[in-house]
Amino acid sequence: MSSEALVEIRDVNFAYGKRPILKGMNLTFPKNKVIAVMGGSGCGKTTLLRLIGGSIKPTSGHVKVNGQIIHELDRAGLYAMRRKMGMLFQFGALFTDMSVYDNVAFQMREHTNLPEEMIRDLVMMKLHAVGLRGTHDLMPAELSGGMARRVALARTVALDPMLIMYDEPFAGLDPISLTVVGNLIRRLNDALGATSIVVTHDVQESLKIVDYLYFVADGAIIAEGTPEEIRASTKPFVQQFVHGEMDGPVPFHFPGGDYKKDLNL
Amino acid sequence: MIAAITENLTGIGRRVVSAVWRIGNGTRFLGLILFHSGTSFRRFRLTVKELFFSGVMSLIIILVAGMFVGMVLGLQGYETLKRYGSESALGSLVALSLVRELGPVLAALLFASRAGSAMTAEIGLMKATEQISAMEMMAINPIARVVAPRFWAGVLAVPLLAAMFSVMGVFGGYLVGVVLIGVDEGSFWSQMQSTVDFRYDVLNGVIKSCVFGVAVTAIALFEGYDAPPTAEGVSGATTRTVVESSLAILILDFILTALMIQEG
Repeated sequence: MSSEALVEIRDVNFAYGKRPILKGMNLTFPKNKVIAVMGGSGCGKTTLLRLIGGSIKPTSGHVKVNGQIIHELDRAGLYAMRRKMGMLFQFGALFTDMSVYDNVAFQMREHTNLPEEMIRDLVMMKLHAVGLRGTHDLMPAELSGGMARRVALARTVALDPMLIMYDEPFAGLDPISLTVVGNLIRRLNDALGATSIVVTHDVQESLKIVDYLYFVADGAIIAEGTPEEIRASTKPFVQQFVHGEMDGPVPFHFPGGDYKKDLNL
Repeated sequence: MIAAITENLTGIGRRVVSAVWRIGNGTRFLGLILFHSGTSFRRFRLTVKELFFSGVMSLIIILVAGMFVGMVLGLQGYETLKRYGSESALGSLVALSLVRELGPVLAALLFASRAGSAMTAEIGLMKATEQISAMEMMAINPIARVVAPRFWAGVLAVPLLAAMFSVMGVFGGYLVGVVLIGVDEGSFWSQMQSTVDFRYDVLNGVIKSCVFGVAVTAIALFEGYDAPPTAEGVSGATTRTVVESSLAILILDFILTALMIQEG
């Protein structure tokens, strides 16, 4: 990956209390690319996004976004940086007391002085981009899971962010919605000239749309590469993950005592 | 034996310390709300929208409850006053009980269970469904945008609701006392007019309900914002809102009444 880095994570350690989550993490996210961070549940992927978004601070090491160390910014600086970021939460996190239209218009109204007619045009364009212009009058409760995710995506890109973060964008979607959301991630990134970080455990969908993948296990990067390199990888963990095998370096059994003893044999 | 006593004492100590922490956190939260209140006034329509949800939507329960409380006061008051031959003072009794005590206290209690619990559940669920985090990530302060307008709406709503409660109560007392039982209408109203003092009775009642408004809304919002983002967390927080605000209203009522009587 040769192009200039938008996000750099260097020697980052992070722990919730005494429980270490990230151990000496090093990652680079170059501009204009779609990069996946993959790994099993609870391996620290979402923590990584929260570090980049500045919601939490690393125990040691640094996280640099667009040349600035994010956890050294004051509140005003952090908010200025967040205006250039967009984050899609796992289940969309749409504001349930607002219509689809108001959800997408929310940031435009809060952060800009644009006239309402222009906001209307922009909202319609964003909704059109995700194929849901016709839903602008609906409330979030009236949308299916996949549609809610797409509306949330339209809201995430409302102010054309330079960095878009996706937290499990494929979780709980049917195969059609999954492909739609996957393609949208790629297309929006290219259209906006943004950089996308996709945290997911859906290997097959990621391999189709991303430029580069990182594999996280036990708080550290254990494999990385382009989709072709990952497909060709012989590393046991990557093999197990890509093919969804039950047993391998990630054991099927949670560590426990002697089986015979548990059965009173 | 000694170990058991120590353990019990430690348990009590731990609970006291955690209660003090909670009170401290709650006060700090109230400070944050006040600090970030600019948006609630600059964009007053945000506050008005919340005023509709917490105030207008509570109107029916307040009006119906006020009417029945007034009717009961009319009945009970008449029964007692009749013994001393002072039925004509019924208007004063109904109005003073409502304006000084029952209006502010009952309206605030009803507000806590109707609107306070809804505020806690709404904020708690917004947190559980990551709506609060989403707002933070959009560089929008959720305390300024979501919490403060609800706070000021509650603070405005409670005195207004208490006033309407009292008005309906007086009407209920009139219905029972004058229309049903037949107390003289002229003395009912004139006694009321001559005994209810604007500053000592009405204004003190308004001050009480303003204080209750601050207490109930602050408790409701703090519990919602502080709730663990789970189903049990939100339901526990909703219950705590009703219990804590009811106790706070009654305790504050005693303190305020004591202060006001001394002052008077």
